[in-house]
Amino acid sequence: MHVPDGFLDAPTSLATAGVAAAGIAIALRGARREVDDRIAPLAGLVATFVFATQMLNFPVAGGTSGHLMGGALAAVLVGPYTGLLCLTVVLAVQSLLFADGGITALGTNVVLMGVVTVVAGYLAFRGVQLVLPKRLSMVAPAAAIGALVSVVLSAATFVGLYAVGGAVPIPLDTLLTAMVGVHVLIGIGEAVITFLVVASIVAVRPDLVHGARRVLAVRTLETRVAA
Amino acid sequence: MNATTTRRVSTRTVLVAGLLVALVLAGVVSLWASASPDGLNRVAGDLGFSGAEQASGAQDGPLAGYEVAGVDSRWSGGLAGVIGCLVVLACTSALMLLRKRSAPRTDGGE
Repeated sequence: MHVPDGFLDAPTSLATAGVAAAGIAIALRGARREVDDRIAPLAGLVATFVFATQMLNFPVAGGTSGHLMGGALAAVLVGPYTGLLCLTVVLAVQSLLFADGGITALGTNVVLMGVVTVVAGYLAFRGVQLVLPKRLSMVAPAAAIGALVSVVLSAATFVGLYAVGGAVPIPLDTLLTAMVGVHVLIGIGEAVITFLVVASIVAVRPDLVHGARRVLAVRTLETRVAA
Repeated sequence: MNATTTRRVSTRTVLVAGLLVALVLAGVVSLWASASPDGLNRVAGDLGFSGAEQASGAQDGPLAGYEVAGVDSRWSGGLAGVIGCLVVLACTSALMLLRKRSAPRTDGGE
């Protein structure tokens, strides 16, 4: 969903760049609490993995493709603040080195595929986690639901931005239906990939997964009580 | 008591395996990625605002479009993916190093 230059007018692009900058500033502060000796190398891995996976467009419906956005995945694995920093690096490298996503649209892309997917994905993940049983086996399904929600909200946010500063007048309900429709399908792909990756890491080293920490804490307490 | 302490996969193993997977995905599997327009481009085409797209200022760069300039098209895409992985890894690691250094020092460590 990399927005190219020209889809949104200059004032809107400036505004999204401001929101992106504010989001990155908050993430830089918040990441201090998340980044320790264990998380730091993992963040590099997560960013690299998201970059690689974003190259893998999978077909969704009749001549359309989509790829992982990765915001929910990164937030669950390394925490939302560090996750946003990972996504920002990926999007900046894509824009500046590979001409994937515009340069004046970089702020827009950081908002859509960074801020929105990380915040929406993580909140949905935490919400689902509160409802589901506190078990390690529930971390990956919760992450998958967060992933689906994050992609659909990201697409809806694009429509909101287009409503403010779109280049060509388009009936907004048509645009919303089209964007959300195709991104529900892409979101299912995102959910499957997120599930597989989170489940794999939870299987070998659950202590490395940020989103599994609370569950692990509960489990340790139960073990102590039982012993 | 805790089963994870007995046969625990080391962090280094997780990192190396993860990076290898990422490099194979970007360097090899990406050759089979769908070339169809993505969701946004498809919608832009269908609803008639794809014409508003302007060429990116990075369009003439040596890696633009995930192709390495001057490299045979068979290898170009995969090579671009591997280079991208390494650049992303380097940038993120540098950023994390800065984050850690500016964080208040704690005793101990590993």
